[in-house]
Amino acid sequence: MEHIISLSIENKFGSLSRVAGLFSGRGFNIESLSVAPTLDPSISMMTIVTTGEERIIEQILKQLNKVIDVIKVVDISESEYVERETALIKVHTRPEDRAEALRIADIFRANVVDSSPTSYTIEVTGDVPKIQAIINLLQPLGIKELVRTGRVAMGREPTRTASAQSRPLAKVN
Amino acid sequence: MQLTGAEIFLESLKREGVKTIFALPGGVVLKIFDVLHQQKDVEVILTRHEQGAGFMAVGSAKATGKPGVALITSGPGMTNVITALADAYMDSVPIVVFSGQVPTALIGNDAFQEADNIGLSRPCTKYNFLVKDVNDLAATIKEAFYIASTGRPGPVLVDIPKDVSMDKAEFKYPDSVSIRGYSPTYDGSKWKIKQAAEAIAKAKRPILYVGGGVVFSGASKELLELAEMTQIPVDMTLMALGGFPGNHPLSLGMLGMHGTYVANMAMHYSDLVIAVGARFDDRVTGKVSEFCPQAKVIHIDIDPTSIRKNVHVDIPIVGDCKRVLVELNTILQATVNGNQRDLRKPWWDQLHAWQTEHPLQYDQDPEGQIKPQYLIERVYKLTEGLDPIVSTDVGQHQMWTAQFFKLANPRTWLTSGGLGTMGFGFPAAMGAQAAYRNRLVLCIAGDGSFQMNTQELVSAVVAKLPVKVFVINNRFHGMVRQWQDLFYDGRYASSYLDQYPDFVKLAEAYGAAGVRIEKVGDVDAGIQEALSIDGPVVIDVPVYQYENCYPMIPAGGSNHEMLLGDPPDLKKPSPTGKKSSQQGQDTILTA
Repeated sequence: MEHIISLSIENKFGSLSRVAGLFSGRGFNIESLSVAPTLDPSISMMTIVTTGEERIIEQILKQLNKVIDVIKVVDISESEYVERETALIKVHTRPEDRAEALRIADIFRANVVDSSPTSYTIEVTGDVPKIQAIINLLQPLGIKELVRTGRVAMGREPTRTASAQSRPLAKVN
Repeated sequence: MQLTGAEIFLESLKREGVKTIFALPGGVVLKIFDVLHQQKDVEVILTRHEQGAGFMAVGSAKATGKPGVALITSGPGMTNVITALADAYMDSVPIVVFSGQVPTALIGNDAFQEADNIGLSRPCTKYNFLVKDVNDLAATIKEAFYIASTGRPGPVLVDIPKDVSMDKAEFKYPDSVSIRGYSPTYDGSKWKIKQAAEAIAKAKRPILYVGGGVVFSGASKELLELAEMTQIPVDMTLMALGGFPGNHPLSLGMLGMHGTYVANMAMHYSDLVIAVGARFDDRVTGKVSEFCPQAKVIHIDIDPTSIRKNVHVDIPIVGDCKRVLVELNTILQATVNGNQRDLRKPWWDQLHAWQTEHPLQYDQDPEGQIKPQYLIERVYKLTEGLDPIVSTDVGQHQMWTAQFFKLANPRTWLTSGGLGTMGFGFPAAMGAQAAYRNRLVLCIAGDGSFQMNTQELVSAVVAKLPVKVFVINNRFHGMVRQWQDLFYDGRYASSYLDQYPDFVKLAEAYGAAGVRIEKVGDVDAGIQEALSIDGPVVIDVPVYQYENCYPMIPAGGSNHEMLLGDPPDLKKPSPTGKKSSQQGQDTILTA
């Protein structure tokens, strides 16, 4: 089953390789990984999408907690969360397709961020099904290039009670 | 006052109470060696190979409980010490290794003797540091010692570029360390400990399965108290030996692949496994799906990742073994009712039956060739009163030593468990001897293993480390040969060591003493002679070549399915033949 793990980590030399190395060294799977500094420049947030049975996920969470540079680990997918991914899609457009490309972008509330006589570059943000849907629709026109950021996610604030919070793991080594 | 990086290094070691370091110089660490050369507070033991330096640090740390320290150079120095780091990581040994690095301006340029020390050591250290600024050096060293010795101990590498050792900075050693991502849990959950106490009170066939964590946390006394109070039998892992007195009536000895029959049967038929500082290694669990089928499992460990890694755990307790046992004993003292001895009688009747049914055994024909077990048992008996520190290499001799050497005290056992590193024993013994100059330090080695670090003989002679090395010489990689006997139809592919050296001459060539014991009748006198020599001694003991180590749970087998001796169809020459196994007289069978 898919899990989205959010972790805060020291923003310093080698931190990313400690996390990446943990996954490769123990044969854990990484579907996607994104990382960037937080408001505190000494800390980065990392969002890792991974898959595995419960036992494996438990090990992944514990092993991540054990990494000394890791400050906090949360399995976001344990409870309600929002997730987003951004894709840049460069579509090949023949003159007769240009209007169709713009229409599709419009439907998905995507932006055209670059244009040339034979192509549009479309920026789209959303959850994975949405991005997959626009890719499917643009594919017949001809996708020249595609880059995706990987997913970022955040736990939802409770709307009624405080019970459904994502559960942070106690930091233990 | 402004000090150079090299001087800061020295001052920091002194603050950490380091008395001895194991070191081998090279271009980028010369400034540090130059500073070390001009002082007397920290002794430098020069090794002949960086792996030796690493294992000496490990041996010193295992024997004392304090971090062992090695200093090596960049590039090949670093790659050579990797094995010792990996070994220490698997066995949770606190060592701090300082590696030289090319000047910061050259890092990444493929400079002479450059290696990516941080990248190389990342998967085999608890943490590693590259010091890029001399102003960070003292604080980094403080953190390195702190991380190595707290929580689940482990190796830490500090990589010091040449310019950092030469630059100057104000020296100020921090008093304390605070790392926001690192705060080990020492106190176990009281609620879980209470559950554990209740489970213990209810159990009919409980077993204490104890590991190296008992030794590291200094919980031997508490373990003894728990076992005696509840009359629960104790199974020790390879790493735990010495953590509970081997001769104690509650000790069932070592469990696992070459554990005793009773230790493994007790695990298999137990209804409550109390794991203390052990990690359910595959050499202990055997086939996981058939591991302790009737048992509830309590697991006490300071490392949460050890819990539920390999087996299901009913009552997990994350915490320091000693603190958790203190808490557990307090609850049990108040709640344990009735005479535990009577309560446990049916269980102990069964255990005693298993003990009598298949004790550890071997035959020694007084006229035949020396059996390895006999030699090891005699070394044990003759040194029992001297409370020796015992190291081993890896293989058959290691398992026999684990079986027959009934150690009474913790931190007297140095062996490579997790990584299973041949070549470990001799330098590890030297490290322990450097820490305890006046104690008897023995190394039980195999002829294969010993040859992996014989170069350190000269280091031992120079540094006056009077380690006694017993080479159980069967001219084979014995454990490999045993597996070939059992699983490869006796085809001894590359396990026969053919042109083995003359170990007595080898010892003498390095300036050490050599003794050879060839006859059963000479064993005791030979051991005594070796012990009486003041200085490092290599005792070459040609033994019966085809002895196999039993009991044995074949890899992937279940704990109650042990081989107790050679299969009847196994062809091998008799050990009772008059032909002594001197050099050049080996008979190699081909199946």
